[in-house]
Amino acid sequence: MASAAITQDEKTNYLNADYGIKSWLLTTDHKRIALLYLISITMFFFLGGFFAMLIRLELLTPAGDLVTSDTYNKLFTMHGIVMVFLFLIPAVPTVLGNFLVPMMIGAKDLAFPKLNLASWYVYMLGGGWVLYAIITGGVDTGWTFYTPYSTTFSNTNVVAAAVGIFIAGFSSIFTGINFIVTIHRMRAPGLTWRRLPLFIWSNYATSVIMVLGTPVLAITLLLVAAERLFHLGIFNAQLGGDPLLFQHLFWFYSHPAVYIMILPGMGVISEVVTCFSRKRVFGYDFVALASICIAVLGFLVWAHHMFVAGISVYAAMVFSLLTFFVAIPSAVKVFNWIATMYQGSISFETPMLYAFGFIGLFTMGGMTGLFLGSLGIDVHVHDTYFVVAHFHYVMVGGMVMAYMCGLHFWWPKITGKMYPEGWAKLSALLTFVGFNLTFFPQFILGYMGMPRRYHAYPPEFQVLNVLSTAGASVLAVGYVLPMIYFVWSLRYGQDAGPNPWRAAGLEWMTSSPPPTSNFETTPVVTWEAYNYDEIDKQQEVPVAS
Amino acid sequence: MPASHTAEHASHDLRHHFADMEQQKETATLGMWLFLVTEVMFFGGMFCAYLLYRLDYYTAWVAGSERMNIYLGTTNTAVLICSSLTMVLAVHFAKLGNRKATAIFLILTIVLGLGFLGIKAVEYHEHWVNHEVPGPNFHFEAPKPGASLQYSPKNVEIFFSLYFAMTGLHAIHMIIGVGLLTWLLVRNARGDFSPYYNSPVEMTGLYWHFVDVVWIYLFPLLYLIRHK
Repeated sequence: MASAAITQDEKTNYLNADYGIKSWLLTTDHKRIALLYLISITMFFFLGGFFAMLIRLELLTPAGDLVTSDTYNKLFTMHGIVMVFLFLIPAVPTVLGNFLVPMMIGAKDLAFPKLNLASWYVYMLGGGWVLYAIITGGVDTGWTFYTPYSTTFSNTNVVAAAVGIFIAGFSSIFTGINFIVTIHRMRAPGLTWRRLPLFIWSNYATSVIMVLGTPVLAITLLLVAAERLFHLGIFNAQLGGDPLLFQHLFWFYSHPAVYIMILPGMGVISEVVTCFSRKRVFGYDFVALASICIAVLGFLVWAHHMFVAGISVYAAMVFSLLTFFVAIPSAVKVFNWIATMYQGSISFETPMLYAFGFIGLFTMGGMTGLFLGSLGIDVHVHDTYFVVAHFHYVMVGGMVMAYMCGLHFWWPKITGKMYPEGWAKLSALLTFVGFNLTFFPQFILGYMGMPRRYHAYPPEFQVLNVLSTAGASVLAVGYVLPMIYFVWSLRYGQDAGPNPWRAAGLEWMTSSPPPTSNFETTPVVTWEAYNYDEIDKQQEVPVAS
Repeated sequence: MPASHTAEHASHDLRHHFADMEQQKETATLGMWLFLVTEVMFFGGMFCAYLLYRLDYYTAWVAGSERMNIYLGTTNTAVLICSSLTMVLAVHFAKLGNRKATAIFLILTIVLGLGFLGIKAVEYHEHWVNHEVPGPNFHFEAPKPGASLQYSPKNVEIFFSLYFAMTGLHAIHMIIGVGLLTWLLVRNARGDFSPYYNSPVEMTGLYWHFVDVVWIYLFPLLYLIRHK
């Protein structure tokens, strides 16, 4: 009877439980919705990457010769909008989070499965509006939609883009609500808060930001759209309206949004570093609380985007100080990952390589953030390539690295297949080298005074720009390669088995790919998180006998 | 009621991924409250803008507020408070399993909600006729020199922009609320609700009360500013 149940379990999983397009588009299974998100987010990632390549091609030569300045404005705007709102913000929570949050806490599904599916449709609807804005000529305001340019002067399709982002925001809100409620109410028996995987803690903190921040962006963009459509005059300086108000409201969300992007990535890194160091994470409580601290402090630093916009010196000093505070929990995480590796049995599989890349690049991105948080330096480098390099180190070097790291780490769980390790290591290396070649020169360019958002530049900046464009090409290979071998592995990859990494965590205790209900019986947790000592001891015994 | 009946109800209404009805109920409640938190932040952005401009242009705020129809506004406040009462009674009777009383109070709530929207439409029309809708046709008299209240008509246009944005968004929430109540009415007639399962009624109730509370703030902020 028991063996029959096991073979049944091995054959039927969430991928082959049902077939047909309808079984995917109407699914309420969090794992299938994660895959829907994976496909659509990958599409938007390559669309945003396409705009990035055009930008880098234009900047290959000092003269503005490939595209007009108008087109260039649209290119960097569409690159920003697509990457920020349709890739960076949803990527880790909706793909990895959707798949893993219920599994890691031993639940059958998220608390609101229909809302989860709705969030994907809402995301696609928002993405569709953004695509419509692109097709009807694009938007040229920059992804920040600063007023009064966006409300009064731009003659591009600002409303369509704003509506798209407004709608996509609700997908974030739905996901955030779903995660918070799931983590509060759906944990398996015995899975106390302090036994939760750190990926859960970081997704919890992320969800709090999503729930508190996203509505503010929504109302801000709604007001911009209403100002264009119905001639309301809320930000209109001709009536005495305050453009700074827009910037405050915009950054109240859009700065914490940076932590929406990076926090789930940090969760991924915590899982991977412990697994490939075969050690319990150093200072579990501190890493968990650091996520919450980042979420809270993240709401208190938004005006550091506005140091040169005309806020008072006193306010600027307060926001500068608070900005420095955010470095503390971020540094706690970095130091704890390194302390976890100390005296661990480190192995160098692909996810770990990506994690190394993340730690190094995130540290550089974070440290240069402190430069920018200092009032004096910010005046010098504001709106230069220094800023561009800084946030790409955090977003691409940090978040995208973590996303790739997580995809490789959980790919065997998601699909039941192993990717080719050699190619994957090559892609991790290409990404790291290509990334640094692309963005390190931009630090120097910015410090030398090259402003962002111009399609032409003085000839003395060309060498560094050529390096940057060359790096972007390497980076592109580093992203296309995994695409190819992931698809390849679906058919030709080796079977992964339930736990190829001998990793801790409930998600590894069920078959790969998991059955639709995740677990045959609801697990009862009697152990602490990351009990790698016990796991390795248990595995040694059968080998000895 | 026999125990078997209870169990049958529970198994029918319990979604597959919950352990029991209690967990399902707690989950719905927490989710709804979180959604209301997002709504607070949503309206919060506009309240923030309101606060800033009121501090900057107080006299224009007074001039704008004096154009509000205080009688219709007060009536609407009363209508909305009554609708909260009928809503809470609908929830009460849904919990008792009294389908008929639930239906009556749901209908009353819908009628009061539509009444509010109707009165609001009359007010909007008045503003339209008086050229108080922001845009090219906005017109507001400048104060006479020496008048006790000095303001810039341009700033009053910001007041009306916020007025229409805030009350308009509130009205959209009311329309969604009426839609939800209609959906509840259909489900109630179908016999979906029982003492064991009535979360949709209760959650819609929470939403309805929240929308009322927003109005309770909007009313004094927009209607009751008067020159001292």
